[in-house]
Amino acid sequence: MSEHAVTLRVNGIAHRLQLPARRSLADALRDGCGLTGTHLGCEHGVCGACTVLLDGVPVRACLMLAVQAEGAEIRTVEGLAQGATLHPLQQAFIDHHALQCGFCTPGFLMLAVAMLEEDPDMPEAEMVHRLSSNLCRCTGYANILKAVQAAAAAMAR
Amino acid sequence: MSVFGQSVTRLEDAPLVRGQGAFAADIDFPRQLHMRVVRAEMAHARLLSVDVAPALALPGVVAAWSAADVQGVPPIPFRATKVRGLEPYCQPILARDRVRYVGEPVAVIFAEDAAMAEDAADLVLVDLEELPALLDAAAPPGDFDGARDTEPTIVRKAYGDVDAAFREAAHVVALDLSIGRHSGVPMETRGAIARYDAAMDVLELHGTAKKQHWNRDEIARLLGRAPSSVHLFEGHVGGGFGVRGELYPEDLLVCLAALRLGRPVKWIEDRREHLVATNHSREQRHRIRAAVDAQGQILGIDNVFFHDQGGYIRTHGARVADMSAGLLLGPYRVPAYRVAGHFRLTNKTPAATYRSPGRFEGSFVRERLMDAIAARCGIDRLAVRQRNFVGVAEMPYARPLDALGTDVVLDSGDYALLLDKALARFGWDARQADVARRRAAGECVGLGLGFFVEKSGLGPSDGVRLTVDATGAVELVTGAASVGQGVETVLAQIAAAALGVEYRRVRVLHGRTDRIEFGSGAHASRVTVMSGSATHQAGLALAALAKATAAAMLQAPADSLTIEAGVVRRAEGAGGASVTLGEVARALAPGSALSRERATPGLTVESWFHSDHMTYPYGVQMAQVAIDRGTGTVKVEHYLCAYDVGRAVNPMLVEGQIVGGFAQGLGGALYEAFRYDERGQPLSTTFADYLMPTIAEMPPLDVLVTEDAPSPLNPIGVKGAGEGGTNAVGAAIASAVDDALGGRGLVTTLPITPRDVLRMLGT
Amino acid sequence: MKPAPFHWHAPTTLAEAAALLAEYAPQDGRVLAGGQSLLPAMALRIARPPHLVDINRVAGLDLLEVVDGVLRIGAVVRHAAFLREAAPGPLGALLAAVARHIAHWPIRQRGTFCGSLCHADPAAEWPLVAAVLDAVMVAHSLRGDRRIAAAAFQRGLLDTALEPDELLRAVELPLLAADARFGFEEVSRRAGDFAQAMALAVLRRGPDGRVTEARLGLGGVEPAPRRFPQAEAMLRGAIPDAALIDAAAHSVAQAAQPMEDEGYRRALTRTVVQRALLQACA
Repeated sequence: MSEHAVTLRVNGIAHRLQLPARRSLADALRDGCGLTGTHLGCEHGVCGACTVLLDGVPVRACLMLAVQAEGAEIRTVEGLAQGATLHPLQQAFIDHHALQCGFCTPGFLMLAVAMLEEDPDMPEAEMVHRLSSNLCRCTGYANILKAVQAAAAAMAR
Repeated sequence: MSVFGQSVTRLEDAPLVRGQGAFAADIDFPRQLHMRVVRAEMAHARLLSVDVAPALALPGVVAAWSAADVQGVPPIPFRATKVRGLEPYCQPILARDRVRYVGEPVAVIFAEDAAMAEDAADLVLVDLEELPALLDAAAPPGDFDGARDTEPTIVRKAYGDVDAAFREAAHVVALDLSIGRHSGVPMETRGAIARYDAAMDVLELHGTAKKQHWNRDEIARLLGRAPSSVHLFEGHVGGGFGVRGELYPEDLLVCLAALRLGRPVKWIEDRREHLVATNHSREQRHRIRAAVDAQGQILGIDNVFFHDQGGYIRTHGARVADMSAGLLLGPYRVPAYRVAGHFRLTNKTPAATYRSPGRFEGSFVRERLMDAIAARCGIDRLAVRQRNFVGVAEMPYARPLDALGTDVVLDSGDYALLLDKALARFGWDARQADVARRRAAGECVGLGLGFFVEKSGLGPSDGVRLTVDATGAVELVTGAASVGQGVETVLAQIAAAALGVEYRRVRVLHGRTDRIEFGSGAHASRVTVMSGSATHQAGLALAALAKATAAAMLQAPADSLTIEAGVVRRAEGAGGASVTLGEVARALAPGSALSRERATPGLTVESWFHSDHMTYPYGVQMAQVAIDRGTGTVKVEHYLCAYDVGRAVNPMLVEGQIVGGFAQGLGGALYEAFRYDERGQPLSTTFADYLMPTIAEMPPLDVLVTEDAPSPLNPIGVKGAGEGGTNAVGAAIASAVDDALGGRGLVTTLPITPRDVLRMLGT
Repeated sequence: MKPAPFHWHAPTTLAEAAALLAEYAPQDGRVLAGGQSLLPAMALRIARPPHLVDINRVAGLDLLEVVDGVLRIGAVVRHAAFLREAAPGPLGALLAAVARHIAHWPIRQRGTFCGSLCHADPAAEWPLVAAVLDAVMVAHSLRGDRRIAAAAFQRGLLDTALEPDELLRAVELPLLAADARFGFEEVSRRAGDFAQAMALAVLRRGPDGRVTEARLGLGGVEPAPRRFPQAEAMLRGAIPDAALIDAAAHSVAQAAQPMEDEGYRRALTRTVVQRALLQACA
């Protein structure tokens, strides 16, 4: 099995790692970079708990090899807050009770960040279409949608 | 204004939205090994041999065990059954002699990293001789182990003269109804990380959930240790829903390995494993008959059902079958009842509780029956329910039945009132008219409902310790557990309201056996009722202690003092002398004059709440569905969950529980099923095959939380809110789909698949 | 759920990629493009290729361009590239409409058009598009380029005409005439799931309303998507009304050979074909 020296740029910080080829981006973020906010719910690309942004677009970190992410700008949930100030989406998730166990939350936050960065005025139907990418087992989704809408409004102000 | 009853934001959320949670996979210890389980690939087979030698030869592999290596360890015990004689059906931690379901642990590997352990697991040679797989619990029982058959017990309950009821009946309505196999499937898979601290002679288990104290006691017993030398820790739990936190073989295996190998051992279940290894639930078939008079009044019910338990009996024993039998009747007055629940093993993943266990199933069965009675008697579906409701004047209503080891006594409720409120909120009459118009235009649409009684607050006891430290910070230590439902916030609100502090000042510690000696965990919608009542008592007691102490400090009578925002002052004016709770705590420090007047120092109390009976919340759910005649797809156009919870500590969290519970019920009604082929190979082993609802499947959902019937059984009037969202979803959607299909009683099976609908449409 | 060990090769030129494939294909080496089907299969250890030739860094394979009336889609062009109209006229709109049905948004950011054709899942959308629009596949190996017609490309369930050492470097789709109208209908259990049945119809009609050109394909039901010439012939030269559309849909449903669930899939077939045709006639 091939081993590779890889530099991952995550939330603006470079992490130099020595990895086997088979190490997924998600595992490298968690074990190599110590960023355990990216969760693994299925490891086969369906649940979306591991969603991170790769050069601004959302991807399943379980469906990429870490070696493939060399040279890309990766953003994870740990990069959302600015110090004590939460990202508007994080605040909206709290205010609207959009999480219960919180396991799927980082994936939903990153998905929603990408949505609102692409289109701050995204219509509700399109939001639902995009949010259907990820699974949540606790909330029944209603409050996740409310939170994303509230964050969109807050970010527009 | 008291924080009790307010929709405040949660204490739990701050770390979770920052990705700073501590879920099982996030826990690492230096020098840890990774465990991988080799699982049976046949549903039923003789286990001829297991050869781990090829795995041991792989670099990085430290140990590999099969059953021969763990012979001294007893099988997984029961925590919840009154039925005797089930022990031979317990699951060994590694299969011996036979394997009984695909996914059963056969061997384990311990290696330096998780991928290596998986490589090694592929090399273990398991020699199996296939036996016929038993996959239908309603088929005649088969052989279990040469000495026993696959029916460990029949759960029987009865009262009244059932035979007379059927003799006197104007109509007998008989149905054959099936509920599919599905389960909790939390987003976080299971995980267990064990470490042995030789310096302190303490075995630690991390990644635990739900039942820490019982699990600690059993792990200690099975491994021959004193319970005080075993500590279980709960970090964040990524959903429980009944399945997570029961004692499983893997929990014991990591503990055993940590002791034997002298290194921490980490096991994280993967999703494919989860779908075959973690408890399944629900699968039952009911043959139910009702005797009714000409007006649709129930005279008696006779039910025979078959409960598909899977390959072994796990920690719950026969409890789900027992609950199904004991709680079937719901809100209705039934003069005579007889039930026989055939509790049967098959060659599938073992089953146990999943959110609203026995009630999701029972509500589907009972409410299908009510619709059928209405159809047979030619009366309205609502009228037949109203006619049979237990009346508000009859409360508390004792049924000559038991469930979960306690007598069923419905503590309070006004079922007719809730039905009226729900009909108005849903707009039943207007929707009926709309449905009629659309049908005339050729559409296939329908309305349905399911009324139900939940149960919650299983006793017998729960205690908390509430302490104010010298800075005024409040710590609540509870033996309850959190599975993500908001336990910390709710208990903090109750404590804050009773004590007179800001709820964010209360830190709630749960799920840790090293901080509190006893605990009952989180299950059966018990935490808010039991731990909440104990917390309320503790808060009042601590406030009394604080006032008595402050009275001495302020030279004022205790009954003239109030506590607000952590400050004790005279009631008549804010301007007078005051002391903070922190100052009171300092005045009670060990050695202080005031502390010597008490048995123990500190501003601290421990309080216990006891209850012999469960409390019974109730609800009704209503659905409007449209069926696509071309594809058989059911679209839920509108849905109402109405639920009376006695009192809501935090209405936002109650609604959150209901909406989330509904989504799981929707899965069981329309999408989710663990399917098997004819040899017992599981077909639902990925998230592409086990279909949980996404946001796109969620209908417009309305929630009506009422507080018309506070429980008389606890000081805060609460009833559990965790399971009512799920309870009647199968019932209400089945009722609506059946209505859309002409109200002919065609819908007899859950989940309702598009294929079934097309068949029922006759296309 | 970690993949079995493998060697990872990341060529930067087409020649290098072809050379690596020539070397490792005989050892069950595989091309890694978007990885949205291959990597899950490897995580589940259903696939255990000992070598991956990762083509994501190969120069020029990300081209998406129109040349001489043909849309040329390079090997690593992602599904997401089609969410905005990637070609002029009806073809761009068709591709955008279909792309919204492919898995979910994050998957579309990595998964590739060409990779979907190579994987040849009968329930995938792009193979149906390729079949209906008579795409041309451009395979590349050390032997050079080889052009393969869509009808000859997907041979069955997860089976294509590609040689093990060949790389699908591009797919060519002819632009649709400006007056072409299309309809696409898919049935899946949940949003984003694989299709249980899907139909794509592309029609051109004369000034009198008569159909001058008809393309009608079915996916998700048989081992490979294909066109249905008999139903197309029923439409050609006719003015489509509800009865004709129903007859065409019935004809496809009768001719189809479902892999499983025969009655149910035939019923779905009839529905999706009918709805795709209605859309194309609207």
